[in-house]
Amino acid sequence: MKVDRRSFLGLGLGAVAGIAVSPVGLKLTDDSSIWTQNWPWTPVPADGEVIYESSVCSLCPGSCGISVRKIENRPVKIEGRENYPVNNGGACLHGIAGLQYLYDPARVKTPLKKNGDKFEEISWDDAIALVAGKLADLRKSGSPEKFAAILDKEQGSVSGLFKRLFKTFGSPNFYTMPSFESYLEATAAAIHGEGKTIGFDLENADFVLSFGAGIIEGWGSPVNCFQANASRKERRAKLYQIEPNLSNTAANADKWVPIKPGTQADLALGICAVILKNNLFDSNATMNFKGGFNKFAAMLQKDYTPSKTAEITGVKAADIEKIAGLFAKAKKPVAVFGKGRGDGAQSLKELAAVHTLNCLVGNINKKGGVFVKSKNKYLEFPDESMDSIADAGFAKPKAGRYMNQLVEKINSSSKSVVEALFVYNANPCYSLHDTKSVKQALGKIPFIVSFSSFLDETAKEADIILPSHTFIERIEDVPSGAGLAKTVVGLTKPVASPVFNTKNPGDTVILIAKALKGSIAQSFEWESYNECLEGVTARIWDSLSEDGYAVISKGAPIEPAAVNLSFLSGNPPTVQAQGDFGLTLIPIDNMRLINAGAYVSPFAIKTVSDKVLKGKNIVVEINPLTAKGLKNGGFAIITTPIGTARVVVNFNEGLMPGVIGMVEGLGHTFENKYVSNKGVNVNDLIGPVIESGSGLDAAFGIKAKISKA
Amino acid sequence: MKQENNKEHKFGMVIDLDKCTGCGSCMVSCMSENNVPFKEDESNKKDSITWMRVYKLTNGKSFPDTETAYLPRPCMHCAGKGGHGHSPCVSVCPATATEYGHDTGIVSQIYTRCFGCRYCMGACPYHARYFNWWDPKWPEGMENYLSPNVSPRMRGVVEKCSFCYHRYQAARDKAYHEGRNDIEENEFQTACTTACPAGAIVFGDLNNPAHKVHQIVKPDPHPDKWNRHVVGKSRNPKVFRLLERLGTNPKIYYLSEREWIRRKGDNYLDGEWDKIKNHHGSSSHG
Repeated sequence: MKVDRRSFLGLGLGAVAGIAVSPVGLKLTDDSSIWTQNWPWTPVPADGEVIYESSVCSLCPGSCGISVRKIENRPVKIEGRENYPVNNGGACLHGIAGLQYLYDPARVKTPLKKNGDKFEEISWDDAIALVAGKLADLRKSGSPEKFAAILDKEQGSVSGLFKRLFKTFGSPNFYTMPSFESYLEATAAAIHGEGKTIGFDLENADFVLSFGAGIIEGWGSPVNCFQANASRKERRAKLYQIEPNLSNTAANADKWVPIKPGTQADLALGICAVILKNNLFDSNATMNFKGGFNKFAAMLQKDYTPSKTAEITGVKAADIEKIAGLFAKAKKPVAVFGKGRGDGAQSLKELAAVHTLNCLVGNINKKGGVFVKSKNKYLEFPDESMDSIADAGFAKPKAGRYMNQLVEKINSSSKSVVEALFVYNANPCYSLHDTKSVKQALGKIPFIVSFSSFLDETAKEADIILPSHTFIERIEDVPSGAGLAKTVVGLTKPVASPVFNTKNPGDTVILIAKALKGSIAQSFEWESYNECLEGVTARIWDSLSEDGYAVISKGAPIEPAAVNLSFLSGNPPTVQAQGDFGLTLIPIDNMRLINAGAYVSPFAIKTVSDKVLKGKNIVVEINPLTAKGLKNGGFAIITTPIGTARVVVNFNEGLMPGVIGMVEGLGHTFENKYVSNKGVNVNDLIGPVIESGSGLDAAFGIKAKISKA
Repeated sequence: MKQENNKEHKFGMVIDLDKCTGCGSCMVSCMSENNVPFKEDESNKKDSITWMRVYKLTNGKSFPDTETAYLPRPCMHCAGKGGHGHSPCVSVCPATATEYGHDTGIVSQIYTRCFGCRYCMGACPYHARYFNWWDPKWPEGMENYLSPNVSPRMRGVVEKCSFCYHRYQAARDKAYHEGRNDIEENEFQTACTTACPAGAIVFGDLNNPAHKVHQIVKPDPHPDKWNRHVVGKSRNPKVFRLLERLGTNPKIYYLSEREWIRRKGDNYLDGEWDKIKNHHGSSSHG
């Protein structure tokens, strides 16, 4: 066939028309899109029978009841448990994301032993034998007190087992990380005497005067606080929020009272002074005050007149008088303390000063007020058997009063203060101020055993890791605390079988104790932690195992609480920020991040605003008036006496001039690409400032400067 | 199987912005319920898949008069002009991958039909739709928590909030199994609603006067007399919808006592708001 121009064009056009009309093209496009939607790596989750199991979340001290949806025994979703006495169906984002911790890339999958810089896998038997061997040597050498522990809390049976191990071993060096519960107990001890703790009846109060307490920032028992806050509108209750930055709580409050950082104690005393001067206090309550009520009153009238207070705090004298009037005249006022989440550094002066407001208006142990309760004592351990080494060692003084003193003591001593350290549920290398010095102190300890489920900053410093089940895989009693008005003990249940070769920390402690033999082993005669738990919670076990919780107390306590003002009447000095720079860097608590105990999950960090975290850069907040020479969204360098950091700047009118706000909970440095190596840890920039008298780290921030990068 | 479920529902939501704390529980509950993936960096919010996204609002005033609030934004499940089901996204989809459910008022998204043209994303005035630029990847073992009720999506398709349609299906099946004609209010609640620790989200049937959402919103049975495309306008003066004047007729309503927040519901010209706010909430009989 002859191909001429005419037939060529004809064929060409025909082909074009043919292709255009033919369904082949569309079919191929469709097929290819279907094909690309059927990649074998797109998971197809298995279906099956659905059941719900209830348990308790122990990610934070909130102790919320949770309901876990399981499909063919595979947990797929965590939700709040309906009618649970703490959270009644609500849940926070971290609890809901709880299943992500099960399969976290940073989980410790099996016991590990450090060899040089690397971890090697080791069997449970070998690991326990190794730990027991080291401890036995230490005990034999005659200094059992050089064995220390750092835990997250004192409460609960797992902490009880650790404490028991230390006592029978012969060491008083049992430490807990600062927590809101520890501050509540310290406040109660300063004013009402030892052995007590405090709960706030927020859901019934009609005027909440919050000295920076992040009621919707994760303070206290978070979900319970969210619910109390949400019902404010219906109850016609008021919330006044006093803090330097417009937090979510301040934004949600009826009034935000900006205050110079670190002067909340002074404002509280200023308000006390107005209440006393104007006779707005409850004279029935103050009649029984001890510790120099008159001296206290005289000190206030001298040092805390409205004009002096106004000068210190930056709050107008007229506003101080107005707030005092509103607070004292409210039917059910309550003053709450604990800046941010309440678990960071706090000054006892501030805690006590705020709590004195409650005492003055006579709302102690009244509905809608403050409950001064005995510490929750639902656990009954059998008596320990103590040998002579245990008796002698346990009677020795602690190396330091709190964690910060321990760190300082280790770093300043030439000979070793601590020879062996246990760390459980705590990440001091991340959560304490001046992380560099904490790491330095841990570096000086020859033998560190971590019980962490995750290879976090502190676990990385350990010599042996005995990995624990996550809260989804283990049984444990979880007592409420953290300022909750009720006292509830919940039972965390293993809703999933262990994913890795881990153990319940209770079992690990029992195994170590047994391997230590002698009187220590005799004090741990349980076959397993399960048996121990059932024994020590015998009084409430029926209700724990049947209902999943036991309510120990609710409603206002009946017994009156003694009030002693001697701590405040001498007007202890207010803690000042460290350094000479012109600005103050303060930590900001953000509900979507976690700064102590656990760390944030991939889901939770996904919710974090790009005004907080942008790529790998942390974004700090600063009032445009303070940001001279800086560009909104540009890079800057923050310098404090402790360290420097490169940050992105975000202009925010919700921050007092002179203040830089940096979020807590970023800047982790371990292997989890979703949540780690993002931003800066604010604790790298702030150093501890120890309050004289209380011994607490009371650094509310640090002096800083900021310049264009 | 024909469901004995003839009544027409119109599921919708009202979110109390005065109760919302911006805690993010709704976002995480949604992600966990609907198998939403995550990736290493989620700080580029344009490609961060969040069916429910919580925006921060500010009144723009300087210190100390600044105020902020949060606004959770799921898919608005628009009923379209006049409420006839011509949602902006549904009208543009060439693949029939997104449809308006006239029996539920839910705008669906059928992943296997979607071929990723993203017209719907362009058409959506609320940025409620997200494109899967990458295949989802879970760290080893984490696929184990995926729910079989919602299929994981693949690269190249658009996804968005479904009002937890699978929960509706489950509730309907249960009712059918028990010989009931209809589901109860509490039987079908979205994951964000049940998760909200502040109780800020109320979900239910806007057509059912017994439902709380209907009682709060009080939807106007007649078209707006100022704009006939707008239907179901709230007769509660504290309730508003986003970009209401477009006539997209969202089924997400917002509630706030604060005027500056209500004003954020649209981009008003100078003086326009004062005119609007007086008409706001007035019924056609008003």
